[in-house]
Amino acid sequence: MNKILIVAETKDNIFKSNAFEAVTTGKHMAELLGTGYDVITVTDAPDEHLKTLGKYGASKVFHISLTELNSKSPASGIKYSHSAIASAVSNFANSEGYEIIIISGTAFGKEIAPAISVKTDSAVITDCTRYTVTEGKISMKRPSYAGKCNTNVNYTSGKIVITLRPNVFKAEVSETDSEIVNISPDNLNISAADFKTCVTDVVVSSGKLDVAEADIIVSGGRGLRNPESFKLVEDLAEVLGAATGASRAVVDAGWRPHGEQVGQTGKTVSPSLYVACGISGAIQHLAGMSSSKFIVAINKDKDAPIFQVADYGIVGDVFEILPALTEEIKKIKG
Amino acid sequence: MKIVVCVSLVPDSTTKVKIGASGKSIDETGVSFIINPYDEFAVEEAVQLKEKSGGEVIAVSVGTDRSKEAIKKAFQMGADKGILLKSGDADFDSFSVAKNLAETIKELNPDVILFGKQSIDFDGSVVASMTAELLGLPCVNVVTKLELSGNEAIAEREIEGGKEVVKTSLPAVFGAQKGLNNPRYPNLKSIMASKSKPIEEKPFEAKSMTELTGMSLPDSKSSGKIFTDGVQNVPELVRLLREEAKVI
Ligand SMILES: Cc1cc2nc3c(=O)[nH]c(=O)nc-3n(C[C@H](O)[C@H](O)[C@@H](O)COP(=O)(O)OP(=O)(O)OC[C@H]3O[C@@H](n4cnc5c(N)ncnc54)[C@H](O)[C@@H]3O)c2cc1C
Ligand SMILES: Cc1cc2nc3c(=O)[nH]c(=O)nc-3n(C[C@H](O)[C@H](O)[C@H](O)COP(=O)(O)OP(=O)(O)OC[C@H]3O[C@@H](n4cnc5c(N)ncnc54)[C@H](O)[C@@H]3O)c2cc1C
Repeated sequence: MNKILIVAETKDNIFKSNAFEAVTTGKHMAELLGTGYDVITVTDAPDEHLKTLGKYGASKVFHISLTELNSKSPASGIKYSHSAIASAVSNFANSEGYEIIIISGTAFGKEIAPAISVKTDSAVITDCTRYTVTEGKISMKRPSYAGKCNTNVNYTSGKIVITLRPNVFKAEVSETDSEIVNISPDNLNISAADFKTCVTDVVVSSGKLDVAEADIIVSGGRGLRNPESFKLVEDLAEVLGAATGASRAVVDAGWRPHGEQVGQTGKTVSPSLYVACGISGAIQHLAGMSSSKFIVAINKDKDAPIFQVADYGIVGDVFEILPALTEEIKKIKG
Repeated sequence: MKIVVCVSLVPDSTTKVKIGASGKSIDETGVSFIINPYDEFAVEEAVQLKEKSGGEVIAVSVGTDRSKEAIKKAFQMGADKGILLKSGDADFDSFSVAKNLAETIKELNPDVILFGKQSIDFDGSVVASMTAELLGLPCVNVVTKLELSGNEAIAEREIEGGKEVVKTSLPAVFGAQKGLNNPRYPNLKSIMASKSKPIEEKPFEAKSMTELTGMSLPDSKSSGKIFTDGVQNVPELVRLLREEAKVI
């Protein structure tokens, strides 16, 4: 029997890279444990799209139609319900006897994972960045104290719910023909009482790429001196196809929206490339971005702490360097 | 209205983390402890709700005697009573915290229960929803706006690239995110008043499902390539990003 269940999330009925990362991770874990794995998804995505999970090795995809699930809701006009989705996944996992549930640690995943752990009598370990398997037991590694240290955590209960920090585990192509198995909410014992919370609206802020989802981030700090000069940050972000981020100093000053703040009281990000412009590198800022794969710092102060975590850096004036950098990248990108 | 707010005591966010002798906790020498910053948003929201509709605010913390500091901070901001679920020094996990909080909250039978979205020590982001689930109550975490009317609540919660509007009935659990409100600075009067507020102690029983087996510091980076000739170094930087790091 397969022990691992992977929850694949869609956003607007489309799988994002985090879903593929979860599938690959579950597949690897299953290989190390000598067991199998299945995928579950609650979505209105069509079958052809569900089959894209096969590209990453998902041979069996259990599908619950979101519309059908929502039809059990006592209220109308609901987009989705975290509590009902958590119930559906938990009831399915309980009936099939899965022991390990893997969920990507997105805003959605973080909201449902603890509830699923309670409903399935499992321990929960969130925000994992690595795992090891020794003698059939999994141990997770996760950052704590805002990334200032890592903790290794085992579980003493028989079952576990794990969330993965997005963008840390790789999605690997492993072409498989996936079988889609539809499950009716009727068979999952879902009732009106499961709709404890209902999302009635999703408001997208300005349609811009969010730092939490971006593969490249260009961030600006107080070194930019005023809100207008963030144009330089935006220009570089544009040629790189990057999201724009910000330090708390400029968010508090009202120069940038809170959604862009990176750090302890903002978002935690781990993009492939993080470019910090006119940011000093306070410990609370580093907390949010030090796990980025490559860090570039641009700062006029050679002793700025940001250089201690930077892979590459230029000591100099952002007002000269940013336009030059944008031009140079435009050149090579043709 | 009866409001419970759960507060944890955590190392100050500027703490330089060193691993302690056991290898399983941080070295606390010289570390100062504060109320978890997100819990300040939770306390502020609780006190504002009380100011609007009357009632009382009860601050609950799990920890050793030291955690009374977090409750006292909540008092200074306007909470009325405190409960310490008193642990020993032995380890316990987030589930233990949730389980014990749930038992206490059940007895209190509040209308609204507020948490911070995350405790900045273990960064688990799990206690609010586990507690809610154990109580069979709804939970919305990472809340940046909360409106109550009668038996209903409408919360906005932060997600990637936007926000969700979430409807729920009361009683319910909410996890506070920055932006929900501006926590007040206690004034002298409220600090004086806080001194006579009672903290009740109750027993705590660890029921852990996880075990912390070790701690390590992040791999330190081999020192980076930092150029000091300003704008002249731009082409070299771009070449390295393309050829060495292969990220652009
Ligand atoms: C002496 C001691 C030993 C510990 N040993 C271990 C260990 O071995 N393994 C381990 O994993 N963790 C251990 N911890 C950590 C402890 O379990 C966590 O700090 C826990 O309190 C919160 O974890 P979290 O990051 O999941 O909280 P989160 O889920 O991030 O917190 C969310 C919210 O829950 C509330 N909350 C969290 N903690 C408390 C609390 N203690 N009291 C009241 N409200 C709270 C707050 O409102 C907070 O904002 C230990 C802590 C102490 C004090
Ligand atoms: C509880 C708590 C939580 C916090 N959470 C966060 C958080 O989530 N995120 C966060 O970012 N901060 C956070 N902070 C704040 C943090 O401590 C710093 O104050 C903040 O990060 C500083 O922002 P900054 O780097 O933009 O500004 P500064 O520290 O003022 O740095 C500006 C930098 O720009 C450089 N500079 C100036 N002019 C130029 C120029 N022309 N060209 C190039 N460089 C130039 C300067 O050398 C300097 O290094 C938090 C603080 C606390 C207490």
